Amino acid sequence: MEIGIGHYLILSGILFSIGFVGVLRRKNLLMLFFATEIMLNAVNIAFAAIGNYYGDLSGQMFAFFIIAVAASEVAVGLGLLIILYKKYGSLDLDVISTMKG
Amino acid sequence: MYEFVAFYIFAIATTILFLITVMSKNVLYSMTSLAAGMVLISGLFFLLGADFLGVVQLIVYVGAVMALYAFAMMFFDATKDVKEKHGNSALVFLLGGLMALVFVVMFSAPIIGENIQALYPVGLAENLGASGNSQDVGLVLFTKYLVPFEVAAVMLLVAMIAGIILAGKKMDYSLTECEASDEELKQEIKKEEV
Amino acid sequence: MENLVYIALFAPFVGSLFAGLFFARSPKTHLVGVVNSTLIGIAFIAAVTLALHVAEHGAVHVTMMSWISAGDLSIPFGFLVDEVSVTMMLVVTLVSTIVHIYSTGYMDHDRAYNRFFAYLSAFVFSMMILVMSDNFAGLFIGWEGVGVCSWLLIGFWYHKEDRPFEENPSISPSWAANEAFIMNRVADLGMLVGIFLIYWNVGSLQYDVVFKALPHLADGLLVSIAIALFIGAMGKSAQFPLHTWLTDAMEGPTPVSALIHAATMVTAGVFLVIRANPLYSLDAVHEVSMFIASLGAFVAFYAASMALSARDIKRIVALSTLSQLGYMFAAAGLGAYWIALFHLAAHAFFKALLFLGAGNVMHAMDDELDIFKMGGMKKVMMGSYIYMGIASFALAGLPVMAGFYSKDAIIETAFNDGSYIIWAILVITAGMTAFYSFRQVFFTFHGEERYKALGFHPHDMYKYVLVAMAPLAVLAISFGWFMENFHEFITKNLPDYEMSHTTHHWAWLLGSLVIVLAVTGIIIAYKKYAGKGPNAWKRDEEFEQSFIYKLVENQYYVPKFYDEFIVQPYTIASKKFWEIDKAVVDGFVDLIGKMSYKSGDVSRGMQTGSLSAYLNWMGVGALLLIVAAAITALIG
Repeated sequence: MEIGIGHYLILSGILFSIGFVGVLRRKNLLMLFFATEIMLNAVNIAFAAIGNYYGDLSGQMFAFFIIAVAASEVAVGLGLLIILYKKYGSLDLDVISTMKG
Repeated sequence: MYEFVAFYIFAIATTILFLITVMSKNVLYSMTSLAAGMVLISGLFFLLGADFLGVVQLIVYVGAVMALYAFAMMFFDATKDVKEKHGNSALVFLLGGLMALVFVVMFSAPIIGENIQALYPVGLAENLGASGNSQDVGLVLFTKYLVPFEVAAVMLLVAMIAGIILAGKKMDYSLTECEASDEELKQEIKKEEV
Repeated sequence: MENLVYIALFAPFVGSLFAGLFFARSPKTHLVGVVNSTLIGIAFIAAVTLALHVAEHGAVHVTMMSWISAGDLSIPFGFLVDEVSVTMMLVVTLVSTIVHIYSTGYMDHDRAYNRFFAYLSAFVFSMMILVMSDNFAGLFIGWEGVGVCSWLLIGFWYHKEDRPFEENPSISPSWAANEAFIMNRVADLGMLVGIFLIYWNVGSLQYDVVFKALPHLADGLLVSIAIALFIGAMGKSAQFPLHTWLTDAMEGPTPVSALIHAATMVTAGVFLVIRANPLYSLDAVHEVSMFIASLGAFVAFYAASMALSARDIKRIVALSTLSQLGYMFAAAGLGAYWIALFHLAAHAFFKALLFLGAGNVMHAMDDELDIFKMGGMKKVMMGSYIYMGIASFALAGLPVMAGFYSKDAIIETAFNDGSYIIWAILVITAGMTAFYSFRQVFFTFHGEERYKALGFHPHDMYKYVLVAMAPLAVLAISFGWFMENFHEFITKNLPDYEMSHTTHHWAWLLGSLVIVLAVTGIIIAYKKYAGKGPNAWKRDEEFEQSFIYKLVENQYYVPKFYDEFIVQPYTIASKKFWEIDKAVVDGFVDLIGKMSYKSGDVSRGMQTGSLSAYLNWMGVGALLLIVAAAITALIG
């Protein structure tokens, strides 16, 4: 049986949805980070698959840069998490409700 | 056939692992399963012929990012279960399921790509006597994508500095204020010389 | 020569800008009056020089720059100074100069002295564009320009209160200004249609091109163009049924009435017909020309009849203007264009003089207009008395005076053309003209000194103002002597109109008839109104109640008719539409506003401050976007 681009894309979509559920469901900021990583990876798969399908390297390039962005995001994000944790003693979203107008 | 088997193994395994990541109450479990999922995704990259990307995935994600998370975990209490209030679970799963359904419907439709030409076709390096994905990637990355590459490098540097400043202790006062003590030091050194 | 054209054209403009830009808000500045008068004087001198040049070397045609250039349409800013336009320029600049000087005295005590001069000079500029343009578009711009200036100047004392129609038929300056403007708008639509028809069928608006192409057009089309253009002329020259604005326009300051509503602007319609003489003298539009002549004769009589009973000194002069415009149209309609132009010029001089004299009287009487309250003022206002006497003699068409030559020529033309009905009307009107103009003079300057009982202390105008009016008086007397020279000069451009042998034969009799009628009119007026003591005039209450008097006094109920059948239904309709507008358009706009409010109220519930709730909303949004993408991917 042939594994086509459709398989990869559907897998990517499913993984993205899992990440999406994670983002919506979890209240712990660290968990939100994990869910975000899942979504980014799902997109990477889609890029790589489409690049493969068209025989073009640009897909891989994009995936490559996404990895770079994800790495920086984690670096900054974790720094912020630590500060938040020091301030509130918790990483729960419901604790941080300074946005209320 | 082997591709078929490999794809399904990788696909099912990553799905399950990521589900664990999302659902687990224990941070350590979810982080571990996330790392495992990343490894398997790099397997998918290898299947797609993106060898270099697969390796980068392994090094950066599984190596660097996961290590970062692991270190970060030391600041928080990782052994305790995460306590969360789950308000409207049904809605969340409905939204997620709907999204997955939309993706599946959308991607199972046939893709028409006859008119698209590859600008940077795989196999560029063969003209130069070399072959392999890494060479191809290198060629494209350092020609067409050189500027984004440099920008990404700067971005990573900035992120690193930001991470250090944010997470580091005693970073909350200005470095320039330390100059006064430097002056005292220099004077002491002068005195010793005399 | 080109420079002279520009000087004549732009000197008034510079004056207008000078007064308008630098002194609009400052209190009365005598400098403004002096500078503007000087600039108009310069324009006059330029016009004289141009006239001499034109007489010797022919027309001057300059193109300043291209103005509108779009596709096939190309309208340059071109100016044509030929015999016709230079005559108009001379009349306009001369009368304007004198009116400007006069205004420095007349408007002396007015708060808005500087503003007045800005408007007045702007008017002169617009009028110059109107007469000098070498195409219909430029003419139209000038046409609208004088319309605007007329509006500004009629409504100059816009702060005056409205008064009921029964008390003052022109209600208030602002009302009169709007009336004039709106009525002219109605007529201008006709004119625009005419211009469009010309452009549509000829492809150009240049006079020379258009007039060359006219004979090749279809008859029906020519008639339409002629009618459409004449409708424009009817509005500007206040011909029936668009005449009511002219008498109401007397709400403006008197110099304005003299310059705009007697000497220059109202003659623009006549000028248009004269300018378009190649059109109106075509055989195909003969009926239109006859209509113009008949309407002119009708208006001459109609206006004169109203003037018989009018009590308002300015209204009398305005009605006589209307009547004389009728004469001009009669001549133009009968093909005697040069006679029409001649009467236009002569009329401009003596009518401006008459108006300025009336202005002196008004000034002396603290803006009292009712001649019933005046009388015996010749003792205190000798200068004005002489001027108004001269002007009235000229208007009545007594021998030697300017009006004698020009009006007589028009009456002869009617006789010569065989249009005996028009002729008869014009002759009778001549008699009436003499009567009402002297009725006014005798009422004002002779008879009992009624003003004393009312506590007025009249005094004559400043000396220099009276001196400045002298040129008009001289021309009112002597302009007719140059009829032959004018004839020779103007017929280089306008078609000649030769009287037949028979007419020549009867000319002396016709002339005598007119003179006899005029003198009779004057004598009746003298008998009736100039008496003193026991012979003094008394109001005839019984006659004032009679039907004819009532009819004439109420201007044949035309303003009433307009009010009842046009203004009021229109007001009602407007109010209805306003309500519809409020309900539908405003309602719709309000609905949009309310929707924003409501959506804000509703969506405020989302602002819980809980980050996870925000995240959920973001998720819903992302999902919606993805669904949209899926739909486009699947459909497209």
